[in-house]
Amino acid sequence: MNYIMAFLFSGFVCFLAQMIYDHTKWTPGHITSLFVVLGSFLDLFHVYDKLVDIFHAGALIPITSFGHSLMHGAMEATEKFGIFGIAMGMFDLTAAGISAAILFSFLVAILFKPKS
Amino acid sequence: MDRKEYDQLAEELKPTGHKVKNGFNAFLYGGVMGVIAQAILEFFMNVYHCSQKEATPMMTITLVFFACLLTGLGIYDNIAKHAGAGTFIPITGFANSMSSSAMDSRSEGLIFGIGSNMFKLGGTVITYGIVSSSLLGVIRYVITLFW
Repeated sequence: MNYIMAFLFSGFVCFLAQMIYDHTKWTPGHITSLFVVLGSFLDLFHVYDKLVDIFHAGALIPITSFGHSLMHGAMEATEKFGIFGIAMGMFDLTAAGISAAILFSFLVAILFKPKS
Repeated sequence: MDRKEYDQLAEELKPTGHKVKNGFNAFLYGGVMGVIAQAILEFFMNVYHCSQKEATPMMTITLVFFACLLTGLGIYDNIAKHAGAGTFIPITGFANSMSSSAMDSRSEGLIFGIGSNMFKLGGTVITYGIVSSSLLGVIRYVITLFW
């Protein structure tokens, strides 16, 4: 059941992005930026947490979850550190993904030559 | 038939089928991506006996690793040709944008090439993620203060 839910939500978000991509002049950069902002907006009233509860990995894998994690980390830290928490907790949940992306991208760039 | 009419006619006869197909492909690849992510997530939850929240970063790291590796091998671009948004919307797309910019600028050297250009395409996601989260975070903080 979890797998079907994950399939449906992740597929739906990608379908939505493809529709924007095909019907406007926007580049993937525009669309991913829009989706990140959308993700952090949906976390404003903890709507995205509910989506994660229902769709599990389906809601965690699209880039919207990146905005949600940034916002969520910031929110958690404000409970303890007040207004400073926004900057202090911003990367709490996304640190792993960004660190991994930087490290592996560096290694790949050193080890592989571009094909095209 | 002058040029204008011809253009109009050509526009009307343009096949619209590819948009439907693109949408379907994006849905399919995006969905498969979600299923793979769910499988990895449940695998780590069982191995480390942890909650979904704790297993999420492990899943992200694993997917980012494979996305970077496939980009390095030149396979990711071939998948992206068919999948469209199905490849750039999942977190793997972020990893792909970073590793491909790093690879492309490799010839410009370690500092001004790889070091500076890594975030050329992927950086926008981080910038706008932080700007919007900060603004919304302040709004939420103010709401919780007076609620």
